[in-house]
Amino acid sequence: MSLHITDLRVYYRTLAGDVKALDGVTFEIADGEIMGLAGESGCGKTTLGNSLVLLDGRMKHVGGTVMLDGIPLPIADFDAMRHFRYRDISIIPQYAMSALNPIRKIGKMVGELLESRGVRYGEIRPELERRLELVGLGLDVLQRYPIELSGGMKQRMVMVVSTLLDPSLLIADEITSALDVSSQKAVAQALQSFRDQKFVRSMIVVTHDVSILYQIADTLAVMYAGKLAEKAPTDVMMQRAKHPYTRMLIASLPEVGVRYAEHKLTGIAGTPPSLLNPPTGCRFRDRCPLAIEQCAEEPPFVEVEPGHSVACWRVDEVAAPKDSAA
Amino acid sequence: MLTLDRVSKVYKVGAFGGTELRAVRDVSFTIAPGEVVSLIGESGSGKSTIGKMILRLIGINGGTITLGDTNVATLKGAAVRDYYREVQGVFQDPFSSCNPIFKVEHIFSLVRGVYFHSLSATEWRTKVAEALGAVALEPGQVLHKYPHQLSGGQLQRLLVARALLLDTKILVADEIISMLDASTRIDVLNLLGELKSRGLGILFITHDLSLGNYISEKTVILRRGRVVEMGETSKVFGNPTHPYTRMLIASVPQLNRRWGDESITDPGPCRVHAASPSGSAGTALLVEVEPGHSVACFRVDEGLPC
Amino acid sequence: MTVGAVVASTESVGRRREILYFALRGRKVLISSSILIFFAVIAVAGPLIRPGDPNAFIGPLAAPPDGQYWFGTTTFGQDVFAQFASGLRATFTAGLLGGSIAALIGMAVGFVAGYRGGVIDEILNMVTNIVLVIPTLALLIVVTAYLSARGIFVEALFIGLTSWPWAARAIRAQTFSLATRDFVDLARISGVRSLRVIFSEIAPNMSSYLFLTFILLFGGAILIAASLDFIGLGPTEGTSLGLMMYNAVAWSALPLGMWWWFIPPGIGITAIVGSLYVLNVGLDEIFNPRLRES
Repeated sequence: MSLHITDLRVYYRTLAGDVKALDGVTFEIADGEIMGLAGESGCGKTTLGNSLVLLDGRMKHVGGTVMLDGIPLPIADFDAMRHFRYRDISIIPQYAMSALNPIRKIGKMVGELLESRGVRYGEIRPELERRLELVGLGLDVLQRYPIELSGGMKQRMVMVVSTLLDPSLLIADEITSALDVSSQKAVAQALQSFRDQKFVRSMIVVTHDVSILYQIADTLAVMYAGKLAEKAPTDVMMQRAKHPYTRMLIASLPEVGVRYAEHKLTGIAGTPPSLLNPPTGCRFRDRCPLAIEQCAEEPPFVEVEPGHSVACWRVDEVAAPKDSAA
Repeated sequence: MLTLDRVSKVYKVGAFGGTELRAVRDVSFTIAPGEVVSLIGESGSGKSTIGKMILRLIGINGGTITLGDTNVATLKGAAVRDYYREVQGVFQDPFSSCNPIFKVEHIFSLVRGVYFHSLSATEWRTKVAEALGAVALEPGQVLHKYPHQLSGGQLQRLLVARALLLDTKILVADEIISMLDASTRIDVLNLLGELKSRGLGILFITHDLSLGNYISEKTVILRRGRVVEMGETSKVFGNPTHPYTRMLIASVPQLNRRWGDESITDPGPCRVHAASPSGSAGTALLVEVEPGHSVACFRVDEGLPC
Repeated sequence: MTVGAVVASTESVGRRREILYFALRGRKVLISSSILIFFAVIAVAGPLIRPGDPNAFIGPLAAPPDGQYWFGTTTFGQDVFAQFASGLRATFTAGLLGGSIAALIGMAVGFVAGYRGGVIDEILNMVTNIVLVIPTLALLIVVTAYLSARGIFVEALFIGLTSWPWAARAIRAQTFSLATRDFVDLARISGVRSLRVIFSEIAPNMSSYLFLTFILLFGGAILIAASLDFIGLGPTEGTSLGLMMYNAVAWSALPLGMWWWFIPPGIGITAIVGSLYVLNVGLDEIFNPRLRES
């Protein structure tokens, strides 16, 4: 499986104009890769995840292409995408676990879902049961109502159902955010095992929680204000991130062990720009401590070492390793 | 000094209120001026319930909460207003905390109407400007706006400023940064640090252990309404004794270590029963593991013998 | 802010513009308000055009509409148009009074039950249910038997006292959901007392809902008043649209072909009540953008 995204632009229609939620994003995902897509609210990561599968009426595809295994995906055509949805690309949307019908038993809901996709429930049941056991859910979960399951259990249930037909690409949108710390670990590890067991070839894991991504993702892509700031293998990103935003973001995370009295962490002052009329040039310019005149022109997203790309003019100067905390 | 002594909260649920749901059981701890106490627990642990009981938003079924020598539960009338002069709170969702149909200055005028009606307009404006300055906000830039026109971080800082208008001694911060972005979280957290150095006692309710470790002096770990471990933060995080605490810390994703690198060694026999073998399982006793660090019976919830 | 929040805030900046835009162009709102205003004008201007007692016997008997008597005359030579205009006044008054009384009671019960909950809620629910199941017609007949003379006020009072339960239920439900929001807690820890919390925090959040509820109560009151008048249980003096229809039927206007006696009041009631309901739907679309047809 290979995914190539070239200069993808997706805007939201509103009465006040177009919100440029995704404004020119280019990257690739290789076979078997788990890519983490991180960023803060409003950066466009959820738009990116949704636009690959579920471009709805409010969004419009303004430009760019998506190629899955060499085939261009007709993301703007909701009906044409039906052919790819669930079989080739699957998504776990952001509030999936809250969307389970409370008055339906889980097994019945799964059956209806599969029948609507043209899959015979009876035929696929053995595989379904095998996977449920794999993620640590007993078979009796099919006889229960959603309210009887905990958040972590519901989320794992949704994960199994979304990947039942072995899609090439899975997009997981904030699946750990609403969970407790112990469930987060179970869900994240289940996600990794799906790739290891080849239920899914590659994944895009969308979340604001960089530390979870560090645990399970092979590569990390950081977005800011609708554009990609940096993309690199996870270890490289943690040790030698080059984009000022990435470095400040990582520096603002309290790893267990850092204490206020010893080392006061700093956040990033200011707020992201409005996507209705984004500024020209580098979008991080107003908050960047390293901004120079050249930043009035938008920096290109260039590869600085194999697999590591950054969008910053000063990438050659930012060569010092990340300051370690305490 | 705010003291909780064996506080409990029981809800009657089910048809005709037949079943009892024990949300909080026998919780005791103190918040002293100038210290941040983290109340850490997962969902359903009762941490928010404790915060609301301290703020008198829900009633207490058992035990007492005292501010100095005053029992919080027995306050009536004007005494309640005096209580809120000293104890304030900030909640999790800044957009839900501000009435969406009013401009944000409404949250300040509410306080003015009750406590400061004798101040002139200029005096009031100065007071508000001072409070906003303490949280690094400009009155001219925020007061005339509607909540949806500001960011979550700005709103939370506004709500902290509101809490500072009075002579606040104790601040209950209930998950105040969980809905904020990573880059703004730290700013609000550092603000709490500054308030602490000005003498405020803060109850920092959170599910995020890293944040609790960052900002607090004392930590209380809550599980299903009961305290399982508490003490000085460095000791609780450095030497976690209760199996639940160890499990929590092992599940936290850290940036320097992958899961599975560490091994969870057996914590040994239950400390409570080691200290007093005749005690029965299921007690609420906390036993001191080291000075400033106590742990509860390991088998409390399961009712198993140690 | 998430993209959703950015989108929402940019939309809200134009929201007031939006409301005005739809209010002035929404067909339902425009047409229904025009109809209502038209009838209101007749109600106000009528007695000025045709002064005097509308029940006076002044014209030819049973005459069809002509230049002088626009709506013709009744069997007894009364001016139908004068009755119509005067009847409109009575109808509007009964509707307004009855609707207001019902709205006040409904709000009082709904707010208190929704905000306080607990035992008070249970008691108020019981009261609401009792009033709901009372057979109003039977009660009215009993009341009528004891009051020899009834005016519009008594009728409006009766309507108000019996038609509030559904409004109380609806307001209670809304209040319930608003009372759990954090801003109510914030008001409480600012020392604001319960009654003020209801009036200054909760009710303003429901203002459009309260307005729509009032419109429905108004329309319902008019319909009930007309129905009561039609079966002879209305005010003993004066005139109203329902009373006109009562008289028309009583004096065999239908078999005699005196269409001008019962059609105007019939159309009047239908048009007014219908317009109020359509106005309600139209305003709901404006306040609640998700219901818009576009």
